[in-house]
Amino acid sequence: MRIIEYCEAIRSMTESTTETARQDPHPIASDPASVSFPQDRGCPYHPPTAYAPLRAAGPLGRVTFFDGRSVWVVTGHALARDLLADPRLSSNRQRPGFPFPTERLAKVRARRVALLGVDDPEHNAQRRLLIPSFSLKRIAALRPRIQETVDRLLDAMERQGPPAELVSAFALPVPSMVICALLGVPYADHEFFEECSRRLLRGPGADDVERARVELDAYLGALIDRKRRDPGDGLLDELIHRDGPDGPPDREELIAFAVILLVAGHETTANMISLGTYTLLRHPGQLAALRAGDTTTAVAVEELLRFLSIADGLLRVAKEDVEVAGSTIRAGEGVVFSTSLINRDGDAFAAPETLDWDRSARHHLAFGFGVHQCLGQNLARAELEIALRTLVERFPGLRLAAPVEEIPHKPGDTIQGMLELPVAW
Amino acid sequence: MSAVRIEVDKERCVGAGMCALTAPDVFTQDDDGFSEVLPGRAEAAAEHPMVKEAVRACPVSAVSLTGT
Repeated sequence: MRIIEYCEAIRSMTESTTETARQDPHPIASDPASVSFPQDRGCPYHPPTAYAPLRAAGPLGRVTFFDGRSVWVVTGHALARDLLADPRLSSNRQRPGFPFPTERLAKVRARRVALLGVDDPEHNAQRRLLIPSFSLKRIAALRPRIQETVDRLLDAMERQGPPAELVSAFALPVPSMVICALLGVPYADHEFFEECSRRLLRGPGADDVERARVELDAYLGALIDRKRRDPGDGLLDELIHRDGPDGPPDREELIAFAVILLVAGHETTANMISLGTYTLLRHPGQLAALRAGDTTTAVAVEELLRFLSIADGLLRVAKEDVEVAGSTIRAGEGVVFSTSLINRDGDAFAAPETLDWDRSARHHLAFGFGVHQCLGQNLARAELEIALRTLVERFPGLRLAAPVEEIPHKPGDTIQGMLELPVAW
Repeated sequence: MSAVRIEVDKERCVGAGMCALTAPDVFTQDDDGFSEVLPGRAEAAAEHPMVKEAVRACPVSAVSLTGT
């Protein structure tokens, strides 16, 4: 979970695109040799095959966005590490030239986004307020609660009997319940904010996004006001009273943090659970090894994070000229980092197309790199380990309940994952 | 030549926890979630095989080996 706007993942979530772009995945490029970006995945766990020329030409290339704009694309692992840590590349989407991969995102650019949408030193001040709430010790203390949530959902699924739709029965409620408990947001309201979150990420129109933001802001503002009068024990309650260098965050900042944490806490982990399960079911040898204990769940989760790279398209704009890989990224030019290609760079990972529990995958960049690296990554790891381990242990006969070609996955312009996942056991 | 020491720059640290995940018997996090070297390990563990990995894993280069 990701919690977090922090998370680069969130950037993709909140900035990503819509169904409209999906209908026109191949806009005319200004350079006919250029590859359009983003594109839908054919197989939900592999990068689009149309990206192949980018990999061949890497580590730095050009892609074309929906509006014909040409931007730099980073596909090499070493270069991505350097550039994601380079303060000359800005995350500030209000900066002239910031690259928006979809029309919807371009329209809502005026809105400031906490954490992932700001640069240091402002970003650092915001992040330092939140870091204590996501420490390894705090996440470890949440594990029993995550396990309890997972057990309860799987109990219900078992009672109901096969078949089940795993996204709505398990993959989404797990992170939703966990982030609610963590933040101190009443889960009883989950349908409301799950719907807001969905519209924030997928529109379809810019108006839908704006309205969802207004509704979510109002809801969270009222919740924060209530918490000031009647404190609870969630992260939002802590933040209300946390003293940063500039004092405690004000109401507007609290709302901005709550939005990003709530939205980020939902979509990324939910997609990793659904797509991770699908991927395991399509790789029976690896699934058997995981069940048999031939690998630890932590190792498997790390490799799945690399292999799936669900937040595929981290965005930056150059603040000044940057000489790199024999080229010059000029001030004001956009840069997109394709994590699905970066995490399959053959120089960083041997046989990168293979899902391999025996590799060490920890240096993947699925959570980004540099100061914006996902704040909620260790909550995500805990949720994924517990959810996937418990699912495969409790349902030894788990299988897909529909032909592969009939199981829908998400379009290329948002966080990658399954739209539905029918399973039986 | 001074002894090699492991250092964590808490001002740079962004609380990702990568060092503590990579080399949990060398690094930990303080109560606020910022990384630090476990007591007594700054010099004793400098040759630990996972320390170089931890240096590399840090997203903001907050972990370093000094005195080399």
